[in-house]
Amino acid sequence: MRRRDFFKTSVGASVAAGAALSLGGYGRLWASHPSSAKYDMVAVMGGNPDAMFDLGIQELGGMGAFIRKGQKVLVKPNIGWDVTPELAANTNPLLVKRIVEHCLKAGAKEVYVFDHTCDNWVNTYKNSGIEKAAKSAGAKVAPGNTENYYQEIEIPGGIKLKKAKVHELLLETDVFINVPILKDHNSTRMTGCLKNAMGIVWDRGFWHSNDLHQCIADFALFEKKPILNVIDCYNVMVKHGPQGVSKEDVVQMKSQIITADWVAGDTAAAKMLGVDPQKIDYIPIADKMGLGTMNLDSLNIKRIKM
Amino acid sequence: MTSSLLRKFRIGFSAVVLICFIFVFADFRSMIPEKYISYLLYLQFIPSLVRYIDIKTMAAGGFLIVILLTLLSGRTYCSFLCPLGIGQDLFSRIGGKVKRKFRRFGFRKPHTIIRYSLLAVTLGVGIIWGIYLVSVLDPYSIFGRFMTYFGKPVILVINNFIAWVLGKFDVYTFHHMEIRGFNLLTYSIPVLFFLLVGIMSFVRGRLYCNMICPVGTLLGLVSKVSLFRIKFIESKCTRCGRCSIGCKSSCIDFLNYNIDVSRCVDCFNCIDICPEKALSYGLVSSKNIATEPDESKRKFVTGSLMMLFGISQIAKGQEKKYVPVPKKESTVKEARTSHVCPPGAGSIEDFTKHCTACSLCITACPNNVLQPSVRQYGIAGLMQPVMDYHRSFCTYNCTVCTEVCPTSALKPLMLEAKKLTQIGKVNFIKDNCIVKTEKTACGACSEACPTKAVFMIPYEGNLVIPETDQDICIGCGHCEYACPVTPYKAIFVDGNPVHMAAKKPENVESEITTPVEFPF
Repeated sequence: MRRRDFFKTSVGASVAAGAALSLGGYGRLWASHPSSAKYDMVAVMGGNPDAMFDLGIQELGGMGAFIRKGQKVLVKPNIGWDVTPELAANTNPLLVKRIVEHCLKAGAKEVYVFDHTCDNWVNTYKNSGIEKAAKSAGAKVAPGNTENYYQEIEIPGGIKLKKAKVHELLLETDVFINVPILKDHNSTRMTGCLKNAMGIVWDRGFWHSNDLHQCIADFALFEKKPILNVIDCYNVMVKHGPQGVSKEDVVQMKSQIITADWVAGDTAAAKMLGVDPQKIDYIPIADKMGLGTMNLDSLNIKRIKM
Repeated sequence: MTSSLLRKFRIGFSAVVLICFIFVFADFRSMIPEKYISYLLYLQFIPSLVRYIDIKTMAAGGFLIVILLTLLSGRTYCSFLCPLGIGQDLFSRIGGKVKRKFRRFGFRKPHTIIRYSLLAVTLGVGIIWGIYLVSVLDPYSIFGRFMTYFGKPVILVINNFIAWVLGKFDVYTFHHMEIRGFNLLTYSIPVLFFLLVGIMSFVRGRLYCNMICPVGTLLGLVSKVSLFRIKFIESKCTRCGRCSIGCKSSCIDFLNYNIDVSRCVDCFNCIDICPEKALSYGLVSSKNIATEPDESKRKFVTGSLMMLFGISQIAKGQEKKYVPVPKKESTVKEARTSHVCPPGAGSIEDFTKHCTACSLCITACPNNVLQPSVRQYGIAGLMQPVMDYHRSFCTYNCTVCTEVCPTSALKPLMLEAKKLTQIGKVNFIKDNCIVKTEKTACGACSEACPTKAVFMIPYEGNLVIPETDQDICIGCGHCEYACPVTPYKAIFVDGNPVHMAAKKPENVESEITTPVEFPF
């Protein structure tokens, strides 16, 4: 084969393969939705992050209730800051690892992990310990550092945020599992489920300059919603968030909240942090928009102490 | 030694050196530990000399080793160690292939006046005025700029193509890298030199090294007394002239059995070419070293010294220009009094004196916050790196630029020291802030701040607004970068012309304790 022919053929092959794979995204149309879960929310206290998840997901009927065989899964932790795990600015790597393992065990075809980091992404992926943990569990850790990984989507009904550029993996996967870490946040008071979705988009500056709270709630309108939110409250940054300065900012709470309703998840998380959820504007806004409920009393919550 | 192994060894060795240099400058994934980079750069003549003048220890003695090497073996540095020289050999070889039929180097007279004038002027300006001309002509820095301005972008394009193809197959071993150019003005000198060096080497081999390069000229002077050199074995020579035709330096006068040792770069091509093995590389006999006094050269040296004196006087008159002039702007516009120079610089004055603008820190910076300056340091500081916080910010946990700098313009900082080095101070412009103008939450600046020198205080209703504490600010610029306000930011870092020590952020345990019951 002549060199030029080889080149032509290989480019052709890769284009064809690429096109075939991008069509695969339609698989999400047949994604499963759990209807028969026993509880709306499971809260676990007193164990290690991985052990708490084992217990919590078991109460919800196992990962198999949320993922069907052959599906592609996106696990979206918070990997925002270039700090070590003890400083609790990023989701606990043990938890990420265990969630990936559960997904693969339930028959997921691929599990992807990424975040649009705030600090230098290579260092952040590495120093957070998440890249290594996720890879060791068999996930694919994807970059989110440049704009070309993001695609524009529309948000019908969005009040301030009508368009956003989201990471292609959100669109290409069948199931989205949101894995935030509970933290103090200097301006929104708290970061949890809804705020964690900000790491899926490219242009966060727009949110900051166009009513941050409304944008956070608006983004939750987008059709691709998390099938599960797993809020890591093992080590909790209670001040100087979302980045933290030193370990004095961290309190060990050894807890975890698992729920499909991210508004309810954030309401419960705010209480863990000792903040009135009504004071965190995006939570009541999201509640009013019907994106979930702040009324925890209306939910069937399973509380477990290990 | 008449063996053709010499040439093969030279080609092999220099290829390895060139590849190492290309790797170092194209290492966008920071795979090479800084330690190895400094080993590679240790022997680069000008960086080592600049560093030696600064710190005066053998840790910067690479240039002395080069001088000793030259005294021993002639200008081997130019063929074995200089990345620009090796690069020219490559160009020259391509030129030879393209124009094979009619290119003949042959013996030419040296450009004595030009080369010694340039050396003298460079030295003089360097001693009395500053590093500026040295930066422009240092072969290592020229190579560094070629790699930073042209080489790395090409490599990134290739990387991005591979990343794109593999990404289609869900393989993320390669990732997409953003390619962003620099200010157009900063390209002027690299482009000019690329044309100059490129054309000269393409057509005439090592002409640049023997006419313009001050390091080449200086080592040429030293090599006049070198011990080992290439010489004719007159009894074997048939005067076929092939050696002269093949000489990249055009320094073989075969009719007189004479080789201009000041221009010979010890490439050993002639030894390889000679069918009679009439050229050999070996210890020189004592009679060849003695040089007769040359009246014209003496006149020239006197003349150039006088010229130097003149230039230095002009230079002195202009010295003040290179201290950054404070420029006060209107209130809403960021009132920057000084640009920010990189950590490890000590002060702008110190930094601009020692930086040769090789651009290694610019390409090594994982955050691309270092940009070649346009006028930030004055026109003579063109291409020296400056922090650009509209483009990026300085990573809190990083000291790469201070570690790779070969001239110690940036001195190595331990991470803990860097975290307390204040290169600038934060300034908040409340009238520009979203929280005040739009009455909506933002806090992007405080979120980004690694020391919480920017923190939020209660404002109206549930809103909080930034407040600053300059004492613990280190000037990393993350707040300025994160601020979404345009065209003028609501928060910016004003450079410290002389770097200062920041206070360590104080922190106390929270009153919140480990819960025993769910609060919901």
